[in-house]
Amino acid sequence: MDINSIIAPVLSIGGLGIIFGGILGFAAQKFKVKQDPKIPLIRECLPGANCGGCGFAGCDAFAQSVAEKKAKVNGCPVGGAAVAEKIANIMGIENTASVKMTAFVKCKGNCTVSNSKYEYYGINDCKMESALANGSKSCSYGCLGDGTCVKACNFGALSIVDGVAYVDSTKCTACGQCVSACPKNLIELVPFENKVRVACNSKDNGKTVKANCSVGCIGCKLCERNCEFNAVTVENFLAKIDYSKCTQCGVCAEKCPAKAIIK
Amino acid sequence: MNLLVIFFAAIFVNNFVLSKFLGICPFLGVSKKVETAAGMSLAVTFVMAMASAATYLVYNFILVKFNIPYLYNIAFILIIASLVQFIEMFIKKSSPTLYQALGVYLPLITTNCAVLGVTVSNMQDNYNFIESIVNGVGAALGFGLAIILFAGIRERIERNNILSAVKGFPIALISAGLMSIAFLGFSGLL
Repeated sequence: MDINSIIAPVLSIGGLGIIFGGILGFAAQKFKVKQDPKIPLIRECLPGANCGGCGFAGCDAFAQSVAEKKAKVNGCPVGGAAVAEKIANIMGIENTASVKMTAFVKCKGNCTVSNSKYEYYGINDCKMESALANGSKSCSYGCLGDGTCVKACNFGALSIVDGVAYVDSTKCTACGQCVSACPKNLIELVPFENKVRVACNSKDNGKTVKANCSVGCIGCKLCERNCEFNAVTVENFLAKIDYSKCTQCGVCAEKCPAKAIIK
Repeated sequence: MNLLVIFFAAIFVNNFVLSKFLGICPFLGVSKKVETAAGMSLAVTFVMAMASAATYLVYNFILVKFNIPYLYNIAFILIIASLVQFIEMFIKKSSPTLYQALGVYLPLITTNCAVLGVTVSNMQDNYNFIESIVNGVGAALGFGLAIILFAGIRERIERNNILSAVKGFPIALISAGLMSIAFLGFSGLL
Protein backbone atom coordinates (compact mmCIF):
# COMPACT_ATOMS: atom_id res chain seq x y z
CA MET A 1 0.00 0.00 0.00
CA ASP A 2 1.24 3.40 -0.90
CA ILE A 3 1.89 5.39 2.24
CA ASN A 4 1.25 8.56 0.23
CA SER A 5 -2.43 7.72 -0.07
CA ILE A 6 -2.66 8.25 3.70
CA ILE A 7 -0.26 11.13 4.11
CA ALA A 8 -1.60 13.27 1.23
CA PRO A 9 -5.21 13.47 2.48
CA VAL A 10 -4.15 14.02 6.08
CA LEU A 11 -1.79 16.79 5.15
CA SER A 12 -4.01 18.53 2.61
CA ILE A 13 -7.27 18.42 4.57
CA GLY A 14 -5.48 19.09 7.85
CA GLY A 15 -3.59 21.90 6.16
CA LEU A 16 -6.81 23.39 4.83
CA GLY A 17 -8.28 23.23 8.33
CA ILE A 18 -5.27 24.94 9.85
CA ILE A 19 -5.20 27.62 7.14
CA PHE A 20 -8.91 28.38 7.49
CA GLY A 21 -8.61 28.35 11.28
CA GLY A 22 -5.73 30.76 11.06
CA ILE A 23 -7.61 33.08 8.71
CA LEU A 24 -10.65 33.07 10.99
CA GLY A 25 -8.53 33.70 14.07
CA PHE A 26 -6.77 36.56 12.32
CA ALA A 27 -10.07 37.95 11.04
CA ALA A 28 -11.61 37.79 14.52
CA GLN A 29 -8.81 40.05 15.76
CA LYS A 30 -8.70 42.28 12.71
CA PHE A 31 -12.44 42.78 12.32
CA LYS A 32 -13.23 43.10 16.01
CA VAL A 33 -16.11 45.47 16.59
CA LYS A 34 -15.92 47.37 19.83
CA GLN A 35 -19.18 47.11 21.69
CA ASP A 36 -20.28 49.39 24.45
CA PRO A 37 -20.31 47.32 27.68
CA LYS A 38 -23.55 49.08 28.63
CA ILE A 39 -25.48 47.52 25.74
CA PRO A 40 -25.82 43.98 27.18
CA LEU A 41 -26.64 45.46 30.61
CA ILE A 42 -29.44 47.59 29.17
CA ARG A 43 -30.64 44.71 27.04
CA GLU A 44 -31.02 42.60 30.17
CA CYS A 45 -33.43 45.10 31.75
CA LEU A 46 -35.73 45.15 28.73
CA PRO A 47 -38.78 42.88 28.49
CA GLY A 48 -37.43 41.14 25.38
CA ALA A 49 -40.72 40.88 23.52
CA ASN A 50 -39.13 42.57 20.47
CA CYS A 51 -42.48 44.25 19.86
CA GLY A 52 -41.03 47.39 18.28
CA GLY A 53 -43.18 49.69 20.41
CA CYS A 54 -40.18 51.94 21.02
CA GLY A 55 -39.86 52.59 17.29
CA PHE A 56 -36.67 50.53 16.93
CA ALA A 57 -36.26 47.11 15.34
CA GLY A 58 -36.47 45.16 18.58
CA CYS A 59 -34.95 45.28 22.04
CA ASP A 60 -31.33 44.93 20.86
CA ALA A 61 -31.61 47.91 18.55
CA PHE A 62 -33.24 49.95 21.31
CA ALA A 63 -30.51 49.05 23.82
CA GLN A 64 -27.87 50.14 21.35
CA SER A 65 -29.61 53.44 20.66
CA VAL A 66 -29.90 54.15 24.38
CA ALA A 67 -26.21 53.43 24.87
CA GLU A 68 -25.42 55.81 22.02
CA LYS A 69 -27.73 58.37 23.66
CA LYS A 70 -29.93 58.46 20.57
CA ALA A 71 -32.96 57.18 22.48
CA LYS A 72 -34.37 58.21 25.81
CA VAL A 73 -34.06 55.89 28.80
CA ASN A 74 -37.85 55.80 29.13
CA GLY A 75 -38.32 54.89 25.47
CA CYS A 76 -39.63 51.40 26.22
CA PRO A 77 -43.41 51.67 26.56
CA VAL A 78 -43.78 48.06 27.65
CA GLY A 79 -41.37 48.18 30.57
CA GLY A 80 -42.70 51.53 31.74
CA ALA A 81 -41.31 53.38 34.72
CA ALA A 82 -39.64 50.37 36.37
CA VAL A 83 -37.45 49.59 33.36
CA ALA A 84 -36.75 53.27 32.72
CA GLU A 85 -35.46 53.54 36.28
CA LYS A 86 -33.05 50.61 35.81
CA ILE A 87 -31.76 51.89 32.48
CA ALA A 88 -31.30 55.37 33.92
CA ASN A 89 -29.13 53.84 36.67
CA ILE A 90 -26.97 52.08 34.08
CA MET A 91 -26.60 55.20 32.00
CA GLY A 92 -26.00 57.28 35.13
CA ILE A 93 -28.60 59.91 34.33
CA GLU A 94 -31.85 61.08 35.91
CA ASN A 95 -34.99 59.32 34.78
CA THR A 96 -37.51 61.79 33.46
CA ALA A 97 -41.00 60.73 34.40
CA SER A 98 -42.85 58.82 31.73
CA VAL A 99 -46.62 58.85 31.37
CA LYS A 100 -48.22 55.43 31.22
CA MET A 101 -50.10 55.06 27.97
CA THR A 102 -52.71 52.61 26.79
CA ALA A 103 -54.26 51.76 23.45
CA PHE A 104 -57.81 52.94 22.91
CA VAL A 105 -60.27 52.00 20.16
CA LYS A 106 -62.07 55.11 18.95
CA CYS A 107 -65.31 53.37 18.08
CA LYS A 108 -68.18 51.91 20.04
CA GLY A 109 -70.45 51.20 17.11
CA ASN A 110 -71.29 47.62 17.97
CA CYS A 111 -73.75 45.35 16.17
CA THR A 112 -76.84 46.85 17.84
CA VAL A 113 -76.17 50.57 17.36
CA SER A 114 -74.62 50.78 13.91
CA ASN A 115 -75.88 49.71 10.48
CA SER A 116 -74.19 47.73 7.78
CA LYS A 117 -74.01 48.11 4.01
CA TYR A 118 -73.78 44.43 3.16
CA GLU A 119 -73.15 41.02 4.67
CA TYR A 120 -69.45 40.18 4.59
CA TYR A 121 -68.57 36.52 4.09
CA GLY A 122 -64.91 36.83 3.10
CA ILE A 123 -61.63 36.18 4.87
CA ASN A 124 -61.84 37.05 8.54
CA ASP A 125 -59.44 39.96 8.45
CA CYS A 126 -60.01 43.73 8.69
CA LYS A 127 -57.50 44.56 5.95
CA MET A 128 -59.25 42.20 3.56
CA GLU A 129 -62.70 43.43 4.47
CA SER A 130 -61.81 47.12 4.23
CA ALA A 131 -60.47 46.48 0.72
CA LEU A 132 -64.03 45.59 -0.26
CA ALA A 133 -65.88 48.94 -0.47
CA ASN A 134 -64.37 50.12 2.83
CA GLY A 135 -65.87 47.22 4.75
CA SER A 136 -69.40 46.14 5.49
CA LYS A 137 -70.10 48.84 8.05
CA SER A 138 -72.19 51.80 6.83
CA CYS A 139 -69.78 54.10 8.63
CA SER A 140 -66.54 54.01 6.67
CA TYR A 141 -64.52 55.01 9.76
CA GLY A 142 -65.81 52.37 12.17
CA CYS A 143 -64.37 49.18 13.62
CA LEU A 144 -64.97 46.16 11.38
CA GLY A 145 -64.49 43.71 14.24
CA ASP A 146 -62.57 41.07 12.30
CA GLY A 147 -59.81 41.15 14.90
CA THR A 148 -56.68 42.08 12.93
CA CYS A 149 -55.61 44.04 16.03
CA VAL A 150 -56.32 41.01 18.25
CA LYS A 151 -53.93 38.95 16.14
CA ALA A 152 -51.33 41.73 16.22
CA CYS A 153 -51.35 42.00 20.03
CA ASN A 154 -48.52 40.07 21.71
CA PHE A 155 -49.96 40.54 25.18
CA GLY A 156 -53.55 39.31 24.81
CA ALA A 157 -54.92 42.74 25.68
CA LEU A 158 -57.37 43.00 22.80
CA SER A 159 -60.62 41.19 22.22
CA ILE A 160 -63.67 41.60 20.02
CA VAL A 161 -66.74 42.38 22.12
CA ASP A 162 -70.04 42.55 20.26
CA GLY A 163 -68.35 43.30 16.94
CA VAL A 164 -66.02 46.03 18.18
CA ALA A 165 -62.43 45.75 19.37
CA TYR A 166 -61.95 46.32 23.07
CA VAL A 167 -58.68 47.03 24.89
CA ASP A 168 -58.09 45.60 28.33
CA SER A 169 -55.98 48.49 29.59
CA THR A 170 -54.61 46.49 32.51
CA LYS A 171 -52.92 44.13 30.04
CA CYS A 172 -52.06 46.76 27.42
CA THR A 173 -48.40 47.74 27.30
CA ALA A 174 -48.84 50.52 24.72
CA CYS A 175 -46.41 48.90 22.33
CA GLY A 176 -48.41 50.21 19.38
CA GLN A 177 -48.61 46.99 17.34
CA CYS A 178 -52.39 47.28 17.07
CA VAL A 179 -52.13 50.95 16.10
CA SER A 180 -50.22 50.04 12.97
CA ALA A 181 -52.27 46.90 12.31
CA CYS A 182 -55.67 48.65 12.13
CA PRO A 183 -56.51 49.53 8.51
CA LYS A 184 -59.00 52.16 9.74
CA ASN A 185 -56.43 53.90 11.99
CA LEU A 186 -58.95 53.59 14.78
CA ILE A 187 -56.61 52.75 17.60
CA GLU A 188 -54.72 55.48 19.37
CA LEU A 189 -52.32 55.57 22.31
CA VAL A 190 -53.80 57.72 25.06
CA PRO A 191 -52.70 58.47 28.63
CA PHE A 192 -53.80 55.66 30.92
CA GLU A 193 -55.09 58.08 33.59
CA ASN A 194 -57.28 60.10 31.21
CA LYS A 195 -60.59 58.28 31.24
CA VAL A 196 -62.58 60.92 29.32
CA ARG A 197 -62.10 59.99 25.66
CA VAL A 198 -63.91 60.42 22.36
CA ALA A 199 -65.07 57.00 21.25
CA CYS A 200 -65.67 57.90 17.61
CA ASN A 201 -63.49 58.49 14.59
CA SER A 202 -66.08 59.54 12.03
CA LYS A 203 -65.32 62.66 10.02
CA ASP A 204 -68.68 62.47 8.25
CA ASN A 205 -71.20 65.25 8.82
CA GLY A 206 -73.87 64.90 11.49
CA LYS A 207 -76.62 63.74 9.19
CA THR A 208 -74.58 60.91 7.69
CA VAL A 209 -73.36 59.82 11.11
CA LYS A 210 -76.93 59.76 12.45
CA ALA A 211 -78.02 57.55 9.56
CA ASN A 212 -75.14 55.11 10.08
CA CYS A 213 -74.74 54.85 13.82
CA SER A 214 -76.52 56.04 16.93
CA VAL A 215 -73.41 56.54 19.05
CA GLY A 216 -71.27 58.51 16.59
CA CYS A 217 -69.97 62.04 17.04
CA ILE A 218 -72.16 64.37 14.99
CA GLY A 219 -69.99 67.43 15.46
CA CYS A 220 -72.62 69.47 17.34
CA LYS A 221 -69.93 71.28 19.38
CA LEU A 222 -71.89 71.01 22.64
CA CYS A 223 -68.77 69.56 24.26
CA GLU A 224 -66.58 72.34 22.93
CA ARG A 225 -68.92 75.03 24.30
CA ASN A 226 -69.37 73.40 27.66
CA CYS A 227 -65.73 72.67 28.42
CA GLU A 228 -64.41 75.23 30.92
CA PHE A 229 -60.80 74.38 30.18
CA ASN A 230 -60.81 74.65 26.36
CA ALA A 231 -59.72 71.03 26.23
CA VAL A 232 -62.23 69.92 23.60
CA THR A 233 -62.17 71.08 20.00
CA VAL A 234 -64.37 69.97 17.12
CA GLU A 235 -62.73 69.65 13.72
CA ASN A 236 -64.20 67.94 10.66
CA PHE A 237 -67.35 67.06 12.62
CA LEU A 238 -65.27 65.18 15.16
CA ALA A 239 -64.53 66.11 18.77
CA LYS A 240 -60.94 65.89 19.97
CA ILE A 241 -59.77 66.08 23.57
CA ASP A 242 -56.46 67.69 24.45
CA TYR A 243 -55.32 65.35 27.22
CA SER A 244 -52.85 67.87 28.63
CA LYS A 245 -55.67 70.33 29.34
CA CYS A 246 -58.43 67.87 30.29
CA THR A 247 -59.21 67.77 34.02
CA GLN A 248 -61.60 64.84 33.63
CA CYS A 249 -64.55 66.78 35.01
CA GLY A 250 -66.77 64.81 32.62
CA VAL A 251 -69.06 67.69 31.60
CA CYS A 252 -68.51 66.95 27.90
CA ALA A 253 -69.47 63.32 28.37
CA GLU A 254 -72.71 64.35 30.13
CA LYS A 255 -73.62 66.94 27.50
CA CYS A 256 -72.89 64.75 24.48
CA PRO A 257 -76.26 63.92 22.88
CA ALA A 258 -74.92 60.82 21.13
CA LYS A 259 -72.86 59.66 24.15
CA ALA A 260 -69.84 59.46 21.87
CA ILE A 261 -67.63 60.77 24.66
CA ILE A 262 -67.03 58.21 27.37
CA LYS A 263 -65.97 58.68 30.93
CA MET B 1 -25.32 31.28 -24.53
CA ASN B 2 -24.14 28.32 -22.54
CA LEU B 3 -23.95 30.52 -19.45
CA LEU B 4 -27.53 31.70 -19.98
CA VAL B 5 -28.74 28.12 -20.24
CA ILE B 6 -26.96 27.19 -17.00
CA PHE B 7 -28.35 30.29 -15.29
CA PHE B 8 -32.01 29.77 -16.20
CA ALA B 9 -31.82 26.02 -15.78
CA ALA B 10 -30.60 26.59 -12.22
CA ILE B 11 -33.44 29.01 -11.46
CA PHE B 12 -36.41 27.20 -12.99
CA VAL B 13 -35.76 23.69 -14.23
CA ASN B 14 -33.39 22.48 -11.54
CA ASN B 15 -34.85 24.66 -8.82
CA PHE B 16 -33.00 23.53 -5.72
CA VAL B 17 -35.94 23.63 -3.39
CA LEU B 18 -38.81 22.52 -5.59
CA SER B 19 -37.10 20.09 -7.97
CA LYS B 20 -34.07 18.80 -6.08
CA PHE B 21 -35.61 19.12 -2.59
CA LEU B 22 -32.52 20.68 -1.06
CA GLY B 23 -32.68 23.44 1.54
CA ILE B 24 -36.14 22.48 2.75
CA CYS B 25 -35.35 23.51 6.32
CA PRO B 26 -34.91 27.25 5.65
CA PHE B 27 -37.62 27.00 2.98
CA LEU B 28 -40.16 26.07 5.66
CA GLY B 29 -38.53 27.83 8.58
CA VAL B 30 -37.90 31.33 7.24
CA SER B 31 -40.95 31.71 5.01
CA LYS B 32 -43.51 33.16 7.39
CA LYS B 33 -43.05 36.71 6.14
CA VAL B 34 -42.02 37.99 2.71
CA GLU B 35 -39.59 40.42 4.34
CA THR B 36 -37.58 37.78 6.20
CA ALA B 37 -37.73 35.46 3.19
CA ALA B 38 -36.17 38.20 1.06
CA GLY B 39 -33.43 38.73 3.66
CA MET B 40 -32.67 35.04 3.72
CA SER B 41 -32.50 34.72 -0.06
CA LEU B 42 -30.21 37.74 -0.28
CA ALA B 43 -27.82 36.11 2.18
CA VAL B 44 -28.02 32.76 0.37
CA THR B 45 -27.22 34.40 -2.99
CA PHE B 46 -24.16 35.98 -1.48
CA VAL B 47 -22.90 32.79 0.16
CA MET B 48 -23.64 30.51 -2.81
CA ALA B 49 -21.69 32.70 -5.24
CA MET B 50 -18.72 32.88 -2.88
CA ALA B 51 -18.88 29.17 -2.04
CA SER B 52 -19.04 28.19 -5.72
CA ALA B 53 -15.88 30.15 -6.44
CA ALA B 54 -13.98 28.96 -3.37
CA THR B 55 -14.87 25.28 -3.74
CA TYR B 56 -13.94 25.33 -7.44
CA LEU B 57 -10.49 26.59 -6.59
CA VAL B 58 -9.92 24.15 -3.74
CA TYR B 59 -11.29 21.17 -5.65
CA ASN B 60 -9.24 21.71 -8.79
CA PHE B 61 -6.01 23.03 -7.30
CA ILE B 62 -5.81 20.97 -4.13
CA LEU B 63 -8.02 17.89 -4.17
CA VAL B 64 -7.45 16.88 -7.80
CA LYS B 65 -3.77 17.69 -7.59
CA PHE B 66 -3.20 15.47 -4.57
CA ASN B 67 -5.39 12.79 -6.14
CA ILE B 68 -7.89 12.82 -3.27
CA PRO B 69 -11.13 14.09 -4.89
CA TYR B 70 -13.11 11.54 -2.84
CA LEU B 71 -12.67 13.84 0.18
CA TYR B 72 -14.71 16.61 -1.47
CA ASN B 73 -17.57 16.41 1.06
CA ILE B 74 -15.35 17.12 4.05
CA ALA B 75 -13.40 19.80 2.23
CA PHE B 76 -16.52 21.57 0.95
CA ILE B 77 -18.19 21.62 4.36
CA LEU B 78 -15.00 23.03 5.83
CA ILE B 79 -14.83 25.72 3.16
CA ILE B 80 -18.48 26.73 3.43
CA ALA B 81 -18.49 26.87 7.22
CA SER B 82 -15.35 28.97 7.47
CA LEU B 83 -16.38 31.13 4.54
CA VAL B 84 -19.69 32.00 6.20
CA GLN B 85 -17.90 32.78 9.47
CA PHE B 86 -15.41 34.96 7.69
CA ILE B 87 -18.06 36.82 5.70
CA GLU B 88 -20.04 37.41 8.87
CA MET B 89 -17.07 38.99 10.62
CA PHE B 90 -16.14 41.01 7.57
CA ILE B 91 -19.66 42.39 7.08
CA LYS B 92 -20.03 43.16 10.78
CA LYS B 93 -16.98 45.37 10.56
CA SER B 94 -17.36 46.91 7.13
CA SER B 95 -21.11 47.36 6.74
CA PRO B 96 -23.22 47.29 9.92
CA THR B 97 -26.38 48.03 7.92
CA LEU B 98 -25.93 44.99 5.70
CA TYR B 99 -25.04 42.98 8.81
CA GLN B 100 -28.32 43.96 10.42
CA ALA B 101 -30.25 43.13 7.26
CA LEU B 102 -28.69 39.67 6.94
CA GLY B 103 -28.25 39.33 10.69
CA VAL B 104 -29.48 35.98 11.94
CA TYR B 105 -29.64 34.40 8.49
CA LEU B 106 -25.91 34.23 7.85
CA PRO B 107 -25.08 31.62 10.53
CA LEU B 108 -28.16 29.65 9.48
CA ILE B 109 -26.77 29.26 5.99
CA THR B 110 -23.79 27.24 7.23
CA THR B 111 -26.13 24.30 7.62
CA ASN B 112 -28.16 24.99 4.49
CA CYS B 113 -27.65 21.86 2.40
CA ALA B 114 -28.53 23.76 -0.79
CA VAL B 115 -25.14 25.48 -0.55
CA LEU B 116 -23.32 22.15 -0.34
CA GLY B 117 -25.62 20.86 -3.06
CA VAL B 118 -24.71 23.59 -5.51
CA THR B 119 -20.98 23.11 -4.98
CA VAL B 120 -21.28 19.35 -5.46
CA SER B 121 -23.36 19.77 -8.62
CA ASN B 122 -20.74 22.22 -9.97
CA MET B 123 -18.15 19.53 -9.49
CA GLN B 124 -20.23 16.69 -10.95
CA ASP B 125 -21.17 18.69 -14.04
CA ASN B 126 -17.55 19.67 -14.62
CA TYR B 127 -18.31 23.37 -14.75
CA ASN B 128 -15.41 25.78 -15.17
CA PHE B 129 -14.80 28.72 -12.83
CA ILE B 130 -17.24 31.17 -14.47
CA GLU B 131 -19.90 28.51 -15.03
CA SER B 132 -19.66 27.49 -11.38
CA ILE B 133 -20.33 31.02 -10.18
CA VAL B 134 -23.20 31.47 -12.66
CA ASN B 135 -24.71 28.18 -11.52
CA GLY B 136 -24.29 29.24 -7.89
CA VAL B 137 -25.99 32.59 -8.39
CA GLY B 138 -28.75 31.00 -10.49
CA ALA B 139 -29.42 28.31 -7.89
CA ALA B 140 -29.55 30.96 -5.17
CA LEU B 141 -32.00 33.08 -7.17
CA GLY B 142 -34.11 29.98 -7.71
CA PHE B 143 -34.04 29.38 -3.96
CA GLY B 144 -35.02 33.03 -3.40
CA LEU B 145 -37.83 32.83 -5.95
CA ALA B 146 -39.26 29.73 -4.32
CA ILE B 147 -38.98 31.01 -0.74
CA ILE B 148 -40.42 34.46 -1.50
CA LEU B 149 -43.34 33.05 -3.49
CA PHE B 150 -43.97 30.56 -0.70
CA ALA B 151 -43.84 33.29 1.95
CA GLY B 152 -46.44 35.27 -0.02
CA ILE B 153 -48.70 32.23 -0.14
CA ARG B 154 -48.22 31.56 3.57
CA GLU B 155 -49.07 35.16 4.47
CA ARG B 156 -52.35 34.71 2.59
CA ILE B 157 -53.02 31.35 4.25
CA GLU B 158 -52.44 32.90 7.66
CA ARG B 159 -55.29 35.36 7.09
CA ASN B 160 -57.69 32.68 5.94
CA ASN B 161 -59.95 30.43 7.89
CA ILE B 162 -58.16 27.11 7.52
CA LEU B 163 -59.64 23.79 8.53
CA SER B 164 -58.27 23.30 12.05
CA ALA B 165 -56.97 19.81 11.22
CA VAL B 166 -54.46 21.18 8.71
CA LYS B 167 -53.89 24.60 10.27
CA GLY B 168 -50.29 25.80 10.48
CA PHE B 169 -47.60 23.39 9.37
CA PRO B 170 -49.68 20.76 7.53
CA ILE B 171 -51.19 23.32 5.16
CA ALA B 172 -47.70 24.77 4.60
CA LEU B 173 -46.42 21.34 3.57
CA ILE B 174 -49.41 20.80 1.29
CA SER B 175 -48.88 24.13 -0.44
CA ALA B 176 -45.15 23.44 -0.77
CA GLY B 177 -46.03 20.18 -2.52
CA LEU B 178 -48.42 21.96 -4.86
CA MET B 179 -45.73 24.54 -5.66
CA SER B 180 -43.32 21.73 -6.44
CA ILE B 181 -45.82 20.21 -8.87
CA ALA B 182 -46.26 23.63 -10.49
CA PHE B 183 -42.50 23.93 -10.96
CA LEU B 184 -42.51 20.53 -12.63
CA GLY B 185 -44.01 22.40 -15.57
CA PHE B 186 -40.63 24.03 -16.20
CA SER B 187 -38.92 20.71 -16.74
CA GLY B 188 -39.61 20.72 -20.47
CA LEU B 189 -38.31 24.26 -20.88
CA LEU B 190 -34.66 23.56 -21.63
